[in-house]
Amino acid sequence: MRDIHVSAITDAVKKLCMEANVSLEPDVLRAFDRALGTERSAAGRQVLQILKDNAELARTKRIPYCQDTGMVVCFVELGQDVHVTGGGLEEAINEGVRQGYREGYLRASIVRSPFDRVNTGDNTPAVIHVEVGPGATLKIMIMAKGGGCENRSKYTMLTPAAGPPAVKDFIVECVRTAGPDACPPLILGVGIGGTFEKSAILSKKALFRELGSPNPDPVLDTLERELLDRANRLGIGPQGYGGDTTALGIHLLSYPCHITSLPVAVTIECHAHRHKEVTL
Amino acid sequence: MSVRTAADGIKDLTTPLSDADVVSLDAGDRVRISGVLYTARDAAHGRLLPLIEKGERLPIDVRGAIIYYTGPTPAQPGDVVGAIGPTTASRMDRFTPALLKLGLKGTMGKGYRGQPVKDALRESKAVYFGAIGGAGAVLSRHVKKLEIVAYEDLGTEAIRRLEVENFPAIVINDCHGGDLYQDGQKAFAREDP
Repeated sequence: MRDIHVSAITDAVKKLCMEANVSLEPDVLRAFDRALGTERSAAGRQVLQILKDNAELARTKRIPYCQDTGMVVCFVELGQDVHVTGGGLEEAINEGVRQGYREGYLRASIVRSPFDRVNTGDNTPAVIHVEVGPGATLKIMIMAKGGGCENRSKYTMLTPAAGPPAVKDFIVECVRTAGPDACPPLILGVGIGGTFEKSAILSKKALFRELGSPNPDPVLDTLERELLDRANRLGIGPQGYGGDTTALGIHLLSYPCHITSLPVAVTIECHAHRHKEVTL
Repeated sequence: MSVRTAADGIKDLTTPLSDADVVSLDAGDRVRISGVLYTARDAAHGRLLPLIEKGERLPIDVRGAIIYYTGPTPAQPGDVVGAIGPTTASRMDRFTPALLKLGLKGTMGKGYRGQPVKDALRESKAVYFGAIGGAGAVLSRHVKKLEIVAYEDLGTEAIRRLEVENFPAIVINDCHGGDLYQDGQKAFAREDP
């Protein structure tokens, strides 16, 4: 058994929140560069260049890349030989969010209830997913998930006979309907299979894979390439001003499912893809 | 006339905007805005609408003005404002035609507007500008002064008066029925292989 005190978890989450919001990960910056090499639209290239400049200014001046500093979505991979001491795991994570958002001059964007809509003032609570597995480490992955793109996320339950063509059409249709509202170039996380909620969780988790890296599953990898090509034929382009770079990546995760079911969940992520992780 | 085309082809606008200014703008025009922008998003619009319906005075004079849909991050010490990019405009669609009738000449955000807003832009002679979503750090450098003028309790959603210089934007929907999103997508869409 390995003890990890909650203060270490709070500190880690605080740092991840502050860093994620000002310092875009290298995989996203590389994707901007790749897109600049292929984008035919002058307006699209201008947007991509401004996004690169924005990332640089954000990093050097420590201004958030985007004013929507997101709802924190946190995946925790908890080794079963870890003993969290000094308090609760979820409260430790939320305390990290609280401290990070205050000290980082990040926006408080969370309301305590979907009905009365009173702001909690410190961007808590986070949405937390904990998976327990073998080992004595604690991996924390956070995403500062913007609302504009999240609002264009979609779910459908297809009939198994509809098969891959229907899955593909649904995903491309999600890109089309998200359009300029979701701040293209977009990144899509897609969960296929499992149950209603499993597919949605997979769609978020899929976004943590390095942008531009191949899917370890060759079948899904082929599908991803085809989908990305189709998405980029829509013509929406950076910010929807017209162009070839509508999506930077489409990441798929699948899971076994019931003989009756073919659930597909699509999380839409914007180019402000702020994700960071650490292993304690 | 407060619209002038600069040597680089970009149109320099100074607020307030007149009908003639609006008429001179076309979808796809790149602009730089100097003068005043008022910020308002979901919650502030929710408070403005009942005032309009009751015929009461609004906390801001919207005549000739531009409303920018944004909720900035807090300013760090020494800065005017934090990140200040646009939010999705369609959430404000239900409020926009009433404000345009009062003389609002511009709105700025990102994403599609509904048909009733596009119709209202024509009828009231107004324009919808797009700012680059997610470029909050770059855009913050164009804000020279900030003052909360209403609904401070709404935090980031309060109405702020911004003094801006050369704030970069693009005309998405003009008052002639032009739509950059439609035109741009048509120009670059390719058939599936």
